[in-house]
Amino acid sequence: MIDVGLFNYWAVIVLMMVGFYTLIARGNLVKKLIGLNVFQTSVIMMYVTMGKIEGGTAPILVESGEHVVYSNPIPHVLMLTAIVVGVATLALGLSLVVRINEAYGTIEEDAIMDEAL
Amino acid sequence: MTGFVDVALLILLAVTGVAIIRQRNLFAAVMLAGIYSLVSAGLFVVMDAVDVAFTEAAVGAGISTVLMLGTLALVGYKEHKPQHTPILPMFVVLVTGGILVYGTSEMPRYGEADNPVHLHVAPHYLEESEHEIHIPNVVTSVLASYRGYDTMGETAVIFAAMVGVLLLLSRGPLPLRVFHKGQWVTLPPGARHEDPPRAGVPEEGDGDG
Repeated sequence: MIDVGLFNYWAVIVLMMVGFYTLIARGNLVKKLIGLNVFQTSVIMMYVTMGKIEGGTAPILVESGEHVVYSNPIPHVLMLTAIVVGVATLALGLSLVVRINEAYGTIEEDAIMDEAL
Repeated sequence: MTGFVDVALLILLAVTGVAIIRQRNLFAAVMLAGIYSLVSAGLFVVMDAVDVAFTEAAVGAGISTVLMLGTLALVGYKEHKPQHTPILPMFVVLVTGGILVYGTSEMPRYGEADNPVHLHVAPHYLEESEHEIHIPNVVTSVLASYRGYDTMGETAVIFAAMVGVLLLLSRGPLPLRVFHKGQWVTLPPGARHEDPPRAGVPEEGDGDG
């Protein structure tokens, strides 16, 4: 029996594996970093999925006499930090790629390995 | 029930991801990565994470794309054909994915209000932050006040990354070194990588430096 309550997690795992595959199967260093980014976004999606409450709304308090359901703000806060740190590591990785290109004249893993051996 | 918009966006994301893998023009791959970030920002809005959504749209789709385009301007945008068969990576990915799917079987179901993650500190933030912090946006009060040390640590990480980037890029170009006839040879300044290293200076040592 297919459990629809878990569909989001499975979709996120598919996206995560797409990123993982790009990371380990592609030899181009920029392509690897794109794969890392896809992987990271899917992890963020998984946390945000956990914070969602059915019928809830964004956790911004509203003035109303009625009972309002808010989604959980904590995963959102943690993932804000993760996005910004992800961009910082991406910038560092890309500057390493630029440096490798200066030293070896290529950013293809195979060509770098041939030259370094 | 998972909503229709949610499923549609997730399928779009999967299609974009596969397109990124198959695309060998890096410029197009970077553009697809930007689309991926934007669609995931839409998904975050559907899942009530509006703050995450606009950070992802600005930082993920904006700044990341600009950084990658700047890199491509320096390193070129052609990707070689993969040299190895994709069988081993595919096997590793399928096994890892299978284990993760098996691991989700005990996860709390999507969107239920009595999941463990909703029971501990979140109710306190939602009920008390208006009196304690006086800001209607709960994400802001948690980020800047309750978990302010987290944010300070994040700033330290960004600072460290910036120092690293500056250290890597602020030096001039490295002298080119090529492996020629059994030893490392440093090319004279101005030489290109394809030039034969006949004017080069042989280095001491066995070239592991």
